[in-house]
Amino acid sequence: MSEKSYRDAVRDALREELIRDERVLILGEEVGVWGGTYAVTRSLYDEFGGKRIIDTPIAEAAIIGAAVGAAMGGLRPVAELMTINFSLEAMDQIVNNAAKIHFMFGGQMKVPLVIRTPAGWGQLAATHSQSFEAWFAHLPGLIVAMPGTPYDAKGMLKTAIRSDNPVMFIEHARLYGVKGDVPDGEYTVPLGVPDIKRAGGDITIVTYSRMLHVALAAAEELSRDGIECEIVDLRTLRPLNMSKVYDSVVKTHRALVLEEDWTTCGMGAEIAARIGRDRFDFLDAPVERLGQIEVPVPYARNLEALMFPDEKLVVQRVREMLS
Amino acid sequence: MNVARTEALDLHRKMGLIRRFEERAEEAYGQGKIGGFLHLYIGEEAIAVGAMAALKPDDDVVTHYRDHGYVLARGIDPGLVMAELYGKATGISKGKGGSMHMAAVDRHLWGGYAIVGGHIPLAVGLALANQYRNLPRVVTCFFGEGATNIGTFYSGLNMAAVWKVPLLAIVENNRYGMGTAVERASAVSDIYKKAACLNIPSVQIDGNDVLAVRDAVREMADKARAGGGPRLIEAKTYRFRGHSMGDPQRYRTKDEVEEAKARDPILLWRNFLLGNRIAEEADLRKISDGIEAEIETAVRFAENSPPPDPSELCANVLVAE
Ligand SMILES: Cc1ncc(C[n+]2csc(CCOP(=O)(O)OP(=O)(O)O)c2C)c(N)n1
Repeated sequence: MSEKSYRDAVRDALREELIRDERVLILGEEVGVWGGTYAVTRSLYDEFGGKRIIDTPIAEAAIIGAAVGAAMGGLRPVAELMTINFSLEAMDQIVNNAAKIHFMFGGQMKVPLVIRTPAGWGQLAATHSQSFEAWFAHLPGLIVAMPGTPYDAKGMLKTAIRSDNPVMFIEHARLYGVKGDVPDGEYTVPLGVPDIKRAGGDITIVTYSRMLHVALAAAEELSRDGIECEIVDLRTLRPLNMSKVYDSVVKTHRALVLEEDWTTCGMGAEIAARIGRDRFDFLDAPVERLGQIEVPVPYARNLEALMFPDEKLVVQRVREMLS
Repeated sequence: MNVARTEALDLHRKMGLIRRFEERAEEAYGQGKIGGFLHLYIGEEAIAVGAMAALKPDDDVVTHYRDHGYVLARGIDPGLVMAELYGKATGISKGKGGSMHMAAVDRHLWGGYAIVGGHIPLAVGLALANQYRNLPRVVTCFFGEGATNIGTFYSGLNMAAVWKVPLLAIVENNRYGMGTAVERASAVSDIYKKAACLNIPSVQIDGNDVLAVRDAVREMADKARAGGGPRLIEAKTYRFRGHSMGDPQRYRTKDEVEEAKARDPILLWRNFLLGNRIAEEADLRKISDGIEAEIETAVRFAENSPPPDPSELCANVLVAE
């Protein structure tokens, strides 16, 4: 084991897969000479050269469309969208091509594509602070991964690159500096399998990505008062595997879904509906959701600070749910 | 010489004001008073200043995110702009937009937009509205050469050409879109040639020559205004600073940047003023002193302004009806 940042863990996964499989290539804006605007692909251009690490023009629809085509043509592209906000430019390619081509032609073609992109915020204002995971999790034909730790990020990215399916791999700008233990040797983490990040018997917190860390900090605080949270990290949003969530709810009888996105029509809505349908009899209280305030993200620091649920708010909400 | 002394000095003052404004903003960013992205226009000031000198005050302007220069060149109080960077309630967009989102609709500044190419169709639509309403206003749309590789550049300008709307596209070719040199991203690196495939008349000019910019914009804007359809100007320039704050600039050498600084638009204009005896050193010093005082007032205004009230967070999501 070594302690690694999320950024380095992602880079290691890319590097190992570039070495392992010649069909793997990276394309996107500023992934080469610049080394990635979040420094994720730093040094890969020097090591693998311009044939494998391709700097593209600013043209997201064409980047993703070309990546889909290259995947159809036998390559295993890892396309980077500089931030998830720019995925909007590529939406048609993701929704209508990446996610449908295998189905629509009766399984004749496959699209072994990974789209890596970070969510995140930090005084970047309304168009640059978004988190669209629920949009992608809505789509049959797409796998949506959103790992929260360096260990999961590396292991899941390797699985995603080896998958024959299109994977939307959503990272988080505010996680890149977060450190955690990562095995020194080869390992993978499966897609579609949630993970219990903390065991507890009083309440289930279902979460993923950066909010995992908010949940862990809140759980620590609550534990001092004898309240034990069980934290289920979804890790993959589609396909959505509910078994660990269900097992936990059967034990705790209460669930809070913590997400960074707007809650309306979000992941929490889906999870609450499924728990309500499948484990209704075990619930002592309605499933609760916490997400960002339902307005576009403002620039001013003091307003932005009001936008996202923090540890304090989670502690408060859990206390309310248990009282 | 086709420039009067007062105008010549005003061009000088405006370019200097933008330069000093941004140098102070850079400082404030270093002190953590400004956050997020801050894209500096340093080295490119002649384009905004020359263009605004040619445009009429009620000509519409839509810009990309590197936008401090345009609003200052139009004569907006630097205090409002600095307060926006500080995220204060008194900012031009009430602190909700920040560096990339400067708008002053009463001055026909329709906003800075942060998605590359996303504002080009907006400019086409504003021009359609002017044409439809028989308003003699040109819409000028500013963007970088990097934006000429995205779909909306072609689809938007094509529509403008079909509709013959009064639109002037000004492409600031500063050689790099982030770290990608123009010839690495664009099959055609003389950007003005791209207009030919849309039947849009275009020219390439020296964007560091404020007079050349003013004259080209005047000529092209007048043609668009007269019903001749859209026009495009490629203004060649160079960005002296990083793309935004914290750019490691591995994509270019220090020598290249230093070499470009020999053609600093402010230096060129200064030499022109002195060389043609339009101004003496003492006149220019007086202008610099005035700029310092104005920027100082702007910074103080920003520092002393209150942050937005928390109630602002949920205001303006929908128009109240
Ligand atoms: C659709 C989209 N893709 C990517 C980005 C990230 N980005 C912001 S500015 C920029 C470079 C733009 O270069 P250019 O148009 O030449 O303008 P300059 O910044 O040089 O003034 C990029 C890639 C974005 N804002 N929008």
